[in-house]
Amino acid sequence: MREEDTIICRCEDVTLADIRTALDEGLTDFEELKRMLRCTMGSCQGRTCRELILREIAAARGVAPDEVEIPVYRPPTAPVRLGELAEAYERRGGDDGDE
Amino acid sequence: MAMNDTAEAVIIGGGIIGCATAFELAERGMKDVIVLEKDYLTAGSTGRCAAGVRQQWGLEMNIRLARGSCKMLERLEEELQYPYSIEFNQSGYLVLAFSAAQMRQFERNVRVQRSIGTPSRVVDLEEAREVVPHLRTDELVGATFCPEDGHANPFHTTMAYAQAARRLGVQISTRTEATGIDTSGSRVVGVETDRGYISTPIVYNAAGPYSRRVAAMAGVGIPVYSERHQILVTEPVAPYQGPMVISLEHGIYCQQTPHGSFITGLGDPSEARGINCEATWEFAEELAHMVVGILPPLAELRVVRQWAGQYNITPDAQPILGGISGLDGYHMAVGFSGHGFMVGPMTARLMAQTITGEKPDMDISMLDLGRFEREELIHEPSVV
Repeated sequence: MREEDTIICRCEDVTLADIRTALDEGLTDFEELKRMLRCTMGSCQGRTCRELILREIAAARGVAPDEVEIPVYRPPTAPVRLGELAEAYERRGGDDGDE
Repeated sequence: MAMNDTAEAVIIGGGIIGCATAFELAERGMKDVIVLEKDYLTAGSTGRCAAGVRQQWGLEMNIRLARGSCKMLERLEEELQYPYSIEFNQSGYLVLAFSAAQMRQFERNVRVQRSIGTPSRVVDLEEAREVVPHLRTDELVGATFCPEDGHANPFHTTMAYAQAARRLGVQISTRTEATGIDTSGSRVVGVETDRGYISTPIVYNAAGPYSRRVAAMAGVGIPVYSERHQILVTEPVAPYQGPMVISLEHGIYCQQTPHGSFITGLGDPSEARGINCEATWEFAEELAHMVVGILPPLAELRVVRQWAGQYNITPDAQPILGGISGLDGYHMAVGFSGHGFMVGPMTARLMAQTITGEKPDMDISMLDLGRFEREELIHEPSVV
């Protein structure tokens, strides 16, 4: 299958060609690659693509995948509606809740 | 790649200030420059900020710094020959006033802004709803709007500068930490790193949240501290909010990026000093309560990620720019207090002009470190 048609990050529509181009341009630090392409920054937070990208970076750098730094996992674990969060704040009594 | 062991200048910090200054120095012929970044480019404050660009300040100096940066960002891709977009979206900033006193201050600000060419204006509640139809206005007194304000992508903006700097010969060493600044008599002579020593007559502190630590390496004390500010991003949706909406009173801001996601953040007056990148659920809940109160339809959007960065804050919430007397070769652009990105391009140019002995395009001498001792603090009324 062509690199242009191979979607690596499904949330942000990042293809294998996008990733290989960026690696060729020198973006071999996962943290920088992520920020430039948005891969792993979508609603699944890299559950599908992180390992695939890790292997591509390792191959480009000529190192083992476990030598590549992995960006931090950020909360929330699953997407949450702002409305639900606002209700939670109001239920705990706003500012009074943590004072 | 091996790092050079000698340089004309060493820049500590790979954020917008460090990368843009590296480019501006190289443009002026100082090509033997090394940028040291202890993590990755944008890892400090730049990559964690909302990257808003507003000209709506109260002081002429800040309006000029932001306006100059805005004009540079408008043409940045072309100037730097950057093949991607920096996503500079000039859909304006709507600054909300919640009291008559605040409105009067904003009216004064608008007069200053307009006097130097910024096309801002006072808007009534009806006009505010025209630019942001989903805005709840029942607690508002009024607002001001500047259509040239906006926001950019901080990663691409920094990378555009970094790539242009590299093409001119600048060496950017990421994952490389400055561990000491070497002086001899009253001169900077070198920088110690975890990858070796670099001889240099010039060191430039652009270390953002770590600026005090870096200054201390040169024996320079600066009155700054870092403070966590949290932020979150939602899933992308079809465009429906053009302007950045901001309330200085609540310390809240909210924008929709060209990508479709909403980015919104809120300051916490009880935040402890120090570097802390932890995101908290208390923040997410309080922010949600506030932002849904101002922009009700956002209740339906799902939060995808939250994170935190640092403001590096000075006693007057204005940056410290320039060198210091008694230590030749030490320069700094630090303490931006939460608005470094929006004045970054212009500040970098002014600093490069200063360092290379050119006459700077505008006077920034009042932003020197000495102002704190002279008790000439700067009173900017429109700081978040």
